[in-house]
Parts: sequence; structure tokens; C-alpha cells
Amino acid sequence: MSTDSQQNAHQSPVLEFKSSTFSVPVLVLASNDVITIEQQLQEKIHQAPEFFKNSPLVFDLQELNKLDLDIDVTELTHVIRKLGLLPIGIRGGGAQQNQQALELGIPIHSGHIARDGVYAANQSGTGAASTATSSGAPKQQAPEPEPELESGHDHESEQESTAEPQAVAVNTTIITHPVRSGQRIYAAGDLVILAQVSAGAEILAEGNIHVYGSLRGRALAGVQGNTEARIFCSALQAELISIAGNYKVSEDLNSAAHIRPVQIYLQNHTLVIKDI
Amino acid sequence: MARIIVVTSGKGGVGKTTTSAAIAMGLAKKGHKTAVIDFDVGLRNLDLIMGCERRVVYDFVNVINGEATLNQALIRDKNCNLLYILPASQTRDKDALSQEGVGKILDELKKDFKYIVCDSPAGIEKGAHLAMYFADDAFIVTNPEVSSVRDSDRMLGILSSKSRRAEQNEEPIKEYLLLSRYSPDRVKLGEMLSVDDVQEILSLHLLGVIPESKSVLNASNSGTPVILDEKSDAGQAYADIVARYLGEDRPHRFIDDKQGLFGKLFGRK
Repeated sequence: MSTDSQQNAHQSPVLEFKSSTFSVPVLVLASNDVITIEQQLQEKIHQAPEFFKNSPLVFDLQELNKLDLDIDVTELTHVIRKLGLLPIGIRGGGAQQNQQALELGIPIHSGHIARDGVYAANQSGTGAASTATSSGAPKQQAPEPEPELESGHDHESEQESTAEPQAVAVNTTIITHPVRSGQRIYAAGDLVILAQVSAGAEILAEGNIHVYGSLRGRALAGVQGNTEARIFCSALQAELISIAGNYKVSEDLNSAAHIRPVQIYLQNHTLVIKDI
Repeated sequence: MARIIVVTSGKGGVGKTTTSAAIAMGLAKKGHKTAVIDFDVGLRNLDLIMGCERRVVYDFVNVINGEATLNQALIRDKNCNLLYILPASQTRDKDALSQEGVGKILDELKKDFKYIVCDSPAGIEKGAHLAMYFADDAFIVTNPEVSSVRDSDRMLGILSSKSRRAEQNEEPIKEYLLLSRYSPDRVKLGEMLSVDDVQEILSLHLLGVIPESKSVLNASNSGTPVILDEKSDAGQAYADIVARYLGEDRPHRFIDDKQGLFGKLFGRK
């Protein structure tokens, strides 16, 4: 013990990695004509100059590449910067475009491109250049950021690290089928399961977990350290429950007492199980 | 349109091969041209249960390797001329099976047969994986005890995530529960899980309960599928199961002496 604390005093950590999610406007391009883009972007900025001033921006080339239209990323970046925006990412670019972006110090964002891209394009519905922020908002106030989507992808995503700062806010994963023994489900946000979770199954979420059925497997909420996360279930028969690393195994749970709807949350580093 | 049925369980010794033989015979007896395939390469049993072990010339692996045609390998059953058996190879192991080879054979069988019953080996490895991969329907054979139920649950997870239908985002495999070796007396004594207990854990549509019965062992030893023993309780249970699978409405039997439980069961699904 004593040696431990001495060591700790010696090298108390001065840094810590945390993952965060940000809402960032995404510029979805539908034409490779940089002059038109500049023109239309300028008009947009003119509608809400305060919002766009020094605003971070991710540009999305997926639609363009779908149409086989090539664009010079260096030139595009130059135009964006000239208009007072700060590009912090490229999405849906080809290999060469990504390379160009990297050379300019712009990180490449991947993942969920297809749906976001389409959604953003539909949302704005305008011509060549548009942002994913609700276009045409004339106020000086910040228009709403990119709509959060990612709702209910009905499959098991087992990786999805959030190590890089993500441009997309993630919310709820909805699972409608029973989670069977041996299956593992990871949700980057909240996880809602509309069936039972069998013994030997494992469900993990960075946010809250809701199980509208019997919870017999292992449930871990707030796996990235969110101590505010909670677990809700219709019948608690779990093998293990954990919130932000604080866990209880079924032996610690008075099993028979909790076969009814309960919620589990963290209070002073202790798991509290309450009827609902 | 042909249907591929996999008879699977995860755990061994629960009655997969007995069930495969009985179901295949039952479907054929109802007038549907049916093939039953033994996927247990290296531990060939189905031919014994079907009583055709002395007529095996070519097997499943020979057909996959192109050493024999499907027609050469298929054995017509002696009790029913609409039923054909494709035996497993005893001298090889599961690595002799390939997804492509199995897919090809099933495609060919689909042209000619109404039902193709795949008798899965135990476990969740290659043999079991290939047996269920192409399935349209799955019969999950479970004994009323905890380890069998747990293994069935695991198998259900694999069916819903690793099958062809799952991978290609098609309509999921239809899953049916067959509870075998059921003994109401032992359930009453608390030595065995009840139908309700198993249903509660697996939440699966119950196709039928097969009682623990001497007739099953007798049938295996004599090489006649138990469904042909119409006087036996197990034979009747399988006949009910086939009828229910084909859409007939038959009340569940062999669960309890009392009638009360029936109503309870029907309330579930």
C-alpha cells in the first residue's frame, strides 16, 4: 500500500483520454464546380454569419463520388478556409482525395457514411452546395446542428470505438429479437431491447440499457465511464450488472427478490436496485 | 417451393437423429417428396436409425467431391418411396464439407424435393454450422434440463446471426421447439424442467412434446423410424408434430394428465 501511494505521488497523471461526441455541420456537395460552391456557400454564410464564423466543418464527398465527379480537395479546402470556416474532416472521399486531405492536416471520417450522407442531402434538398444544418435559417442564432440519427440500427455492432472525435452524435440502438446465449451487443449510445436477454448473452452500452423482458445475461451500462447511466429491466435475473465499471454478480443479488421491474443506478459508487 | 429444415440442438444425445428420421418419414408419409441428409460426417448414425446401413454405397462427401452423382448416393427408403436418405461418410471428418459444396447439393435437391431435412451433428462447429446455414426452418430439439436448454439458446443465437438468411438480410429462419424425453412424472417431482419453464427461458413456439419412451430405443435398434410405430406414444407425438408443422391444428399431448395446462400453453402463442 505505502509503496503504491509513494509511486502515485511521484507520477500523478497530468493527462487523461476521454471520448466525446460533437455536433458538427457537414457540407454535402453535389457538384464539383468550385466556383459555384463558393458562390452558394457565401450566400448561406451570409444568412447566419455569426454561426458560421470559425465554425468547424466536415465536408462530405460521397454524393459527388457516386456521380463520378472528381473534386480537387486542396482547392475546396482553400475556398472553405477563405470563407472563414475551419474544415476538420473529410467523409466519403476516394483514396486520392483522402490522401490530399491528410496532407492538409484534415482527418478522414468514416463510418455510417451512406445513411448520414443521404439523410443530410434530403434534409437540405438544395442544389450544389448545402450544409446539413437546417438551411435557410435566417436568424443570427445558431441553427440546429446536424440532425442526430443512427437510430435503431438493428444489428449487432461489436466494435465502434469512439477514440477519434466523431462528427456524428449517436443515440439509440433498438433490438427487437431475443438476445441469445453467446451473443454480444454493443451500443455506442443507449440500448433498448424489446425482448429477453438470455443467460450467457452480454449487452453493453455507453449509455442506458432498457430491457423490456427478462434480463438473464450480463448487462453493462456506461461502459465508457458514464456514471449517470442506468439499467432498466422488466425482470432482473442477471448474471452480472455493471454501471461504469461498478458491478454485482448474481450471487450478490438477492435473485428471487428482483424478478419484477427494476431500475439500477449508481449512488456513491454503489449500485442501487429500485423497483419501478 | 422446397423447404430446408435443420434439426439441431447444440447438445448431443438429445434426439436429433431420432427426430430427423421421424420427421422425414412423417413428411414423406403425408405425400411430400422428402430427402434427409446426415451432416454428422465421421459419426454416421442416421442410416442405422433408418435401417438402410447395408445399402450405403456412396455418401455425402463423395457427392461433394464429385466422385458420385447425387442420384447414385441417395438411398430410397424401403418403407416409403417418397423418402430418400443421403448418408454421411464414416471415414472422413467435418472438414470434408465445404459451404460451396453443401450449397450446391442443396440447390440440386431443391429442384426435386419438397422437404429437405438436415440432421445436424452436436456442437456448434463446422458440421453443425453447415447443417443450419442454408435452412428455412429450424427444429430445436431440447431435453427438459438446464444444460440442454442453455445449448439450445446458444444455437438459436447462431441461427439468427450466422445463417444464410441472416447474412443476406432475408426473413429469419422459422424456429420451432421440440421438447424430447419429457416425463410428466419427473416434472411433478421437481426433477425435470416443465414445458412452461423451458418456454419461459427460450420463448419459442412449441411444436410438440415427445415423451420419454421405450419405443424410441426399440425403433432405433430395429432401424425403423419411431413414427411408424403408430401405437407408441413417441410415434404419435412425432405424427402430431409433423401435422402441426404442415399447418394442422392439433392439441398438445403428453405434457400432463390434467387438461388445465393445455389452455395455458395455447395462451402463449
